Amino acid sequence: MAAPSTTVDVVAPRSSGSDNYLTHDKGVLSWIFTLDHKRIGVMYLCSVLTAFALGGFFALLVRTELLTPQRTIMDHDTYNQMFTLHGAIMVFLVIIPGIPAALGNIIMPLQLGAKDVAFPRLNLASYHLWIVGALFMLSSLAINAVDTGWTFYTPYSTTTSTAVVPAAFGAFILGFSSIFTGLNFIVTMHKLRPPGMTWFRLPLFCWALYSTALIQVLATPVIGITLLMMIVERTLHIGIFDPMLGGDPVLFQHFFWFYSHPAVYIMIVPAFGVIGEIIPVFSRKRIFGYKFIAVSSLAIAFLGFLVWGHHMFVSGQSVLAGTIFSAITFLIAIPTAIKVFNWITTMYKGVIHLDTPMLYALAFLWVFTIGGLTGIFLAVMSVDVHLHDTYFVVAHFHYVMMGGAITAFMGGLHYWWPKFTGKMYEEKVGRVGAALVFVGLNVTFFPQFILGSRGMPRRYYNYLPEFQPLHVLSTLGAYTLGIGFLLTAFYLYKSLKSGKTAPMNPWGGATLEWHCSSPPPYYNFHKPPVVTAGPYDGYENLMYDETISGYVPRKEKIV
Amino acid sequence: MSASITNSVASFSGLFGLEPKLPKLAPSPYFWMPPSASVTTENTDALYNFMLWMSLFFSVAIFWAMVRFCVKYRAKSRAANEIAAKTSQHNTMLELTWSVIPLFVVVPLFVGGFKGFVNLRTPPKAAMEIRATGQKWKWLFTYDGLGTPDDALHVPVNTAVRMIINSVDVIHSLYIPSFRTKMDAVPGRYTDLWFKATQTGEFPIFCAEYCGTSHSDMLSRVVVHPPGGYEKWLAATIAQADSLTGKDRGAMLYEKQGCSTCHSIDGTPKVGPSWKAIYGKMESMTGGPAMKVDENYLRESMLDPQAHIVMGYAPAMPTFEGKLSDKDIDGLIDFIKSLK
Ligand code: HEC
Ligand SMILES: [Cu+2]
Ligand SMILES: [Cu+2]
Repeated sequence: MAAPSTTVDVVAPRSSGSDNYLTHDKGVLSWIFTLDHKRIGVMYLCSVLTAFALGGFFALLVRTELLTPQRTIMDHDTYNQMFTLHGAIMVFLVIIPGIPAALGNIIMPLQLGAKDVAFPRLNLASYHLWIVGALFMLSSLAINAVDTGWTFYTPYSTTTSTAVVPAAFGAFILGFSSIFTGLNFIVTMHKLRPPGMTWFRLPLFCWALYSTALIQVLATPVIGITLLMMIVERTLHIGIFDPMLGGDPVLFQHFFWFYSHPAVYIMIVPAFGVIGEIIPVFSRKRIFGYKFIAVSSLAIAFLGFLVWGHHMFVSGQSVLAGTIFSAITFLIAIPTAIKVFNWITTMYKGVIHLDTPMLYALAFLWVFTIGGLTGIFLAVMSVDVHLHDTYFVVAHFHYVMMGGAITAFMGGLHYWWPKFTGKMYEEKVGRVGAALVFVGLNVTFFPQFILGSRGMPRRYYNYLPEFQPLHVLSTLGAYTLGIGFLLTAFYLYKSLKSGKTAPMNPWGGATLEWHCSSPPPYYNFHKPPVVTAGPYDGYENLMYDETISGYVPRKEKIV
Repeated sequence: MSASITNSVASFSGLFGLEPKLPKLAPSPYFWMPPSASVTTENTDALYNFMLWMSLFFSVAIFWAMVRFCVKYRAKSRAANEIAAKTSQHNTMLELTWSVIPLFVVVPLFVGGFKGFVNLRTPPKAAMEIRATGQKWKWLFTYDGLGTPDDALHVPVNTAVRMIINSVDVIHSLYIPSFRTKMDAVPGRYTDLWFKATQTGEFPIFCAEYCGTSHSDMLSRVVVHPPGGYEKWLAATIAQADSLTGKDRGAMLYEKQGCSTCHSIDGTPKVGPSWKAIYGKMESMTGGPAMKVDENYLRESMLDPQAHIVMGYAPAMPTFEGKLSDKDIDGLIDFIKSLK
């Protein structure tokens, strides 16, 4: 291969003392009203991590309650509020914004070779709306926390006495926040690509964010309107969904899943993007099947719009509708399988470095495979009749959301941490953390497959004593997960205080963010970079320099 | 599962009088599934087992490749600066192959699931009909010839039974794991499911759609009678239901109509006020003057519960209009009066 090179105007490599986006302006206001995508991303990251801690805390309470078949630490109603808050926080405040709005905001413009996103003010507005939405959601907690489950099914949600309106309104506002991010990313990737950055030279992370953004923009308005209608019905008693008022409760489910199934892909497609970055870099080998991976994200985004009814096989929906939804659901298995096969093939004959980000990527491949395969069980209509609304479903979507999205998020966080903080974390502890998370995840959620198949329904406060041993095992897994995340929080925080200074390119990545100093300068690139090669080309032209613990261009080029 | 843990838990909670009347989960001969007790389980279990092996095959293959590559191609160190061997980065044939292989697997699964589903959704014409009503937090089953509903589902073995399901308040879901079937109970419309029990005995029924406070206590059981047993049970129950009058009838309805899920008779408040010593008392109301609990008030509370809401409680009580006869209401009133 002819040595490809990417011309970049490198600004003061690895001298973090010089001006960078973190030191460019001072003071709290310079953060709150910043228009810099990196700072907005960092604020998103801090907020999302805080929400993650809160949602995780609720999860641990829920799991603790389930240690015994009857009351353990709280009463029925509190339990119902806890799992609702856990779900709503994790979905709306953590996983949906996690990778795109936090990591994506920081990294995507850098990877693209742009100075910022297309609409910096809109970007800031998106973050401010996130805060407002989060406050609304949490105000429900202060008044009388919602107990509807994160799905807000009517007519329960329109008749329960808990504070449904603030929570639903919070989700409505968070929807706008998400739409703003999506819109911004689409325009950015269309308009701000520097010379030479063709669509098929776009890093896979960008492709994934692009596909995600399409879903965010097209699907989110539907949940917005639906929640608004639910609020209107609850406050003004206009019959839309409640049969007592002449409405149709199943209609709500259609609307809800019309958004929430695509939302599953808002959560998982960005994770695919992160994995697509980590695997080639840590295998020192170009990604296999780049175009197939890139286009399969789009295919998933598209098909994701046509399968919402697979959540409703036993709602009384017609057999014909069920059949169509089931068939299309099976089709999604294909682009998903393509991705997994390509990632694995990329590792073939590579030079594999098992650092923390790669460990998370491997953990992702493992749990996502299980999550994906168990999804097939649920797509088979007759089997879903048995498994629907049981712990099997709980286990499946935690394998995909927690095991997939969060693991990839952790991988991405560790991969880009040196870039945007300018600090290295303690690698050895990082590996221990990744191992704890991986073990905890499987111990928590695998037993739930057995519970569900054996008939344990979800959202149960009391349960038959026969189910107890598996519940205890699951709870122990959850504690392990908790310890893993606490450890991670601890060493990441410590790295900020006393971590080694990060080199420009600690892992030997070839995408453009690794051409900026760590942390990047305020304007990212002084001149737009000229891109002459693909995002995963030219690893052979990088060389590890032990004196700086990072990669530098190889002096004598290899042909 | 481990029987000793289960037993010690049962006795532990029994000690504190906590043990509710739980349906017994019959021990299952399978690891993954509950016992199989209806003709419709065959399709579900066959597909489930097939997918289990298929998943095992694919996951082992993927994990094997992953682990093997990590071991075989592991870098010595960063400083060694090894360069990956040149391999192809793209292979359309390979991509097409692994796009088509999953297709071969999923098409038969789809067809199998479809057949099973159509079967689950198509009750035989001659099926015996039983109504199931979901209400917070109790299942009520209504039988031909029996005036009052029962809180357990009684069916004869080897007979196709069609359940006609609805709900009086929010969405519930009738779930019988041993029959591998469930169907939502939706207010304002009827849904149905059918089964044909192949084993006598008792099997649990759950509510699978989240419905609030006591969702997880919305349990019941199917009692599958041996040939002739169902008729005997029905005759005995009818005789008993007709003969009971006054406060005995009320006590029976208190259990069978599900009043007991929300009202206690020992003074502890639940979702609704306790019935202990309410007769004759002045009850304060939300947004209205206090009312004296007399026969008319009690009758109104059952037929139009939203008319007056007791202070400190949510308007959570469903109406029993049309579900309680005058004789039933009299019985309940007598029963409440008797709770001094
Ligand atoms: C889903 C729970 C629920 C069920 C089931 C239920 N109730 Fe109630 N009931 C309530 C609540 C809540 C109140 C208090 C609010 C109100 O006045 O409507 C109440 C109030 C009452 C009152 C007035 C009590 C007082 O202290 O003034 C009576 C009488 C009553 N219910 C009878 C019945 C009977 C009879 C049944 C069974 C046939 C029944 N309820 C089933 C929830 C329930
Ligand atoms: Cu879905
Ligand atoms: Cu229910």
